[in-house]
Amino acid sequence: MKRYLDWQIATVKSIRQETPKVKSFTLFLPDWVQHKAGQHYDVRLTAPDGYQAQRSYSIASEPERSGEIDLTVEWIEDGEVSSYMHEVLTVGDQIEVRGPIGGYFVWEAYMGGPLLLIAGGSGIVPLMSMIRHGTATGSTAPVRLLYSSRTVEDVIYYDELMKLHEAKNGLEIFFTLTRQTPVGWTGYSRRIDSQMLVEVAGPLGSKTQAYVCGPTLLVEAVANGLLQIGLAQNQIRTERFGPTSSS
Amino acid sequence: MASNFISRGFTGKRRQAEAANRVPPGQYITPDFPVLSAGPTPRTPLEGWTFSIEGLIREPVKWSWEEFLQLPAQSFVADIHCVTKWSKLDTQWRGVSIDTLFEHIDLDANTRYVTAFCDGGYTTNMPFVDVINGQAFVAYQYDGKPLPAEHGGPARLVVPHLYFWKSAKWIRGLRFTEKDKPGFWESLGYNNHGDPWKEERYW
Repeated sequence: MKRYLDWQIATVKSIRQETPKVKSFTLFLPDWVQHKAGQHYDVRLTAPDGYQAQRSYSIASEPERSGEIDLTVEWIEDGEVSSYMHEVLTVGDQIEVRGPIGGYFVWEAYMGGPLLLIAGGSGIVPLMSMIRHGTATGSTAPVRLLYSSRTVEDVIYYDELMKLHEAKNGLEIFFTLTRQTPVGWTGYSRRIDSQMLVEVAGPLGSKTQAYVCGPTLLVEAVANGLLQIGLAQNQIRTERFGPTSSS
Repeated sequence: MASNFISRGFTGKRRQAEAANRVPPGQYITPDFPVLSAGPTPRTPLEGWTFSIEGLIREPVKWSWEEFLQLPAQSFVADIHCVTKWSKLDTQWRGVSIDTLFEHIDLDANTRYVTAFCDGGYTTNMPFVDVINGQAFVAYQYDGKPLPAEHGGPARLVVPHLYFWKSAKWIRGLRFTEKDKPGFWESLGYNNHGDPWKEERYW
């Protein structure tokens, strides 16, 4: 009998270049288990001599897609697993995974809203699963996403997010770029600060549930900022994401 | 089963041989000190901070910050292992051994488990035998400096032989019990014990 959280051998069904440093991998899973938006999978690589390396990657796809998942992976300089996935793995290859894992940084449609999602860089990935889950289930919960990237080229899922924003189905998206803005940019162009949090979170009211995912400094600053504008500790769920360096 | 699986074209970036036997299965070494937590970082002013021991003891004990700093402290060096796969070698701490705290209490013979409780509501549970005999500390210095809030300051539990979620940040006390009570992550899919050498990551 298949035990929950046993390792299984997935097959790479497709690979998509999201940004210069980020790819999404669609994996076909022989023992697929429905995940909750926000959860992750462990990936394990094994060399011919038995040497192994493991990392965790958030699920980007919605739970409603049966039999497969998307993992979105940022290429990390000197990264052992991310560099293999970016530089070696091709469609048709097999890769060992186990999951879904994680029980706190999750959102399910029945939990409702309003929902405040705040991402830095590849911290968007688990939040994207929540957004796709909301769309797939026809959730009517108001959702606001504030997404910080370095440049517009680094924005993951840009086209899909813009489409969802323009559909005006209760999802509003606010981008901020911290390094460089293109000509005619109408979004924010600075690090997330309390003024920005007031503008984005304010209209959602006092019952908002917030999910914050990104590099440590962003998560710390945003979580503190949300406390300052009046959210309670238990309304703020955080997850650190991306490379371990605190740069 | 998946045990004979080889990843096509994978050779790995090997760690130095001398460190290899210090890193549990599935872990990799990082020179950084990543920050992980489920919510905002609590900030408790030191004048309001206390450390309590409660539960199966004859008389509950409570120390203020000033009193806690007067307890005999030890410096120690430890390798730490986070369930999210990173390990950090030779981390330097200063704090009070749980053995030292035990000199101030009268423990009931039925005590089998301990729960660490924290600012922000976090809890984590361990068998009593995992925190005695020099295995666990309440640390308030890291790398020779006061422990920063994002790493659990003013004080955190450090139990290096278990995955690092057991080393509760922002600790405010210990509760001793006869029966086991799963803590925060232990109730959310993570292993009840968490020995990195046995890879006790999840249920």
